[in-house]
Amino acid sequence: MSRIILINFLRFTALLFLQVFLLKNITLYNISTPYLYILFILLLPFETPNWLLFALAFVMGLSIDAFYDTPGLHAAACIVLAFVRILFISITVQQEGFDHEPEPTLSTMGFRWFFTYTLILTLVHHFFLFNLEVFRFSEIPYTLGRFVLSSIFTVFLMLLTGFLFFRRKERK
Amino acid sequence: MRNLLVFITKYNAFFLFLIFEVSALVIYIRYNSFQKATFISSTSQVTGAMYTQVNGLKSYLSLSEVNDSLARENARLRNQLKTSFYKDSSVRRQVKDTFYKQQYTFIEAKVINNSTNRSTNYLTIDRGSRQGIAKGMGVICGAGLVGKVVYVGDHLSIVQSLLHKDSRFSAMLAKGKELGYIEWSDDLDPHKGILKDVSNNAQPKLGEQVVTSDYSLFPAGIPIGKISNLHTRAGGYTLNMEVSLAVDFSKLQYVEVVVNKLASEQAGLEAQEKKNE
Repeated sequence: MSRIILINFLRFTALLFLQVFLLKNITLYNISTPYLYILFILLLPFETPNWLLFALAFVMGLSIDAFYDTPGLHAAACIVLAFVRILFISITVQQEGFDHEPEPTLSTMGFRWFFTYTLILTLVHHFFLFNLEVFRFSEIPYTLGRFVLSSIFTVFLMLLTGFLFFRRKERK
Repeated sequence: MRNLLVFITKYNAFFLFLIFEVSALVIYIRYNSFQKATFISSTSQVTGAMYTQVNGLKSYLSLSEVNDSLARENARLRNQLKTSFYKDSSVRRQVKDTFYKQQYTFIEAKVINNSTNRSTNYLTIDRGSRQGIAKGMGVICGAGLVGKVVYVGDHLSIVQSLLHKDSRFSAMLAKGKELGYIEWSDDLDPHKGILKDVSNNAQPKLGEQVVTSDYSLFPAGIPIGKISNLHTRAGGYTLNMEVSLAVDFSKLQYVEVVVNKLASEQAGLEAQEKKNE
């Protein structure tokens, strides 16, 4: 138990710093920005109680907001993300009986499930984030462009991270 | 009552979602006016200190560019020194100058946090109210106009850069002196601005300089950019034109905050006038 807490705490700080000191400065053609920090929320163990999941998502969002000077924006997007995560896991995991797996990582869940999982959740988070940030209908095409390209970039980085920390022995 | 509790526990995810989402949105809407964002922002103790640390490391990477720009600015300033002018008359007089008094002073500051890729971009600088910075002061750098101070902490302040959808500064054409105002372009390109509401009499040319006007927060004549396209959306009785900005916002390292000695007097007078009306 304490090991899980420690791992998640380290993951929280590492992703937070990676996001605000490195990825914040990376923008492809001024349109595609990665938000890798949501990987923290995606990788929380399956058994995390709902209230804790929401609380952690809220804290993560606010910490990012503190560095991005956008109080509330990332927090709101992260809460939506946490809600969709609960829905997605309740739909897919019970049906296929993954209940004994501790964490939804690439190495335990396999590529197909993990790819769908990250893709859908990233799309929801980014869609909410970009539209809430702009908050206007007049720039819809531009916002959608940013949303799609940024999502691709983020999912790419997530899969890359997944393979980087791939542990063979956990694979069934 | 019991049924209600059962209902709530069964769908607890949804109710938790509602509670957290509403609180996040309240924070977003309440503090989005930014001037009020006192507790979650990069002027706060923790995040400010971290940004200062990391920025200390990063500034080494662009030392040569900073050196170049400083050297260029030095040369420009030296050109304005009295000693670099040739004296034409042979009579030497000492005049104690009481006619000119300094109106503007400049406080140099270092940029410790910066963004250019959002629709609302801000810089954080390492000078605050202790060093004499106040809300509403203009900010420039060696290359030209940067923005204005919107929030002041003790040691740090936040500058709303020209790359912000609400930024608007009074500007004019350098040659013709026709007034207009400068805004960021709609497509969020960090190198482009739009000069709006220039009167139809003006005859702007491609490549003509756009500078700050006498009515702005800045001394008149601070460069903003050059006209890059004349045929953007005609606005009826006025002309709009595209400006390629002089400042490369993604590489800002050092800026200067403009302190206008007469600003408070002007603001006081104008407030009085409004009251009388």
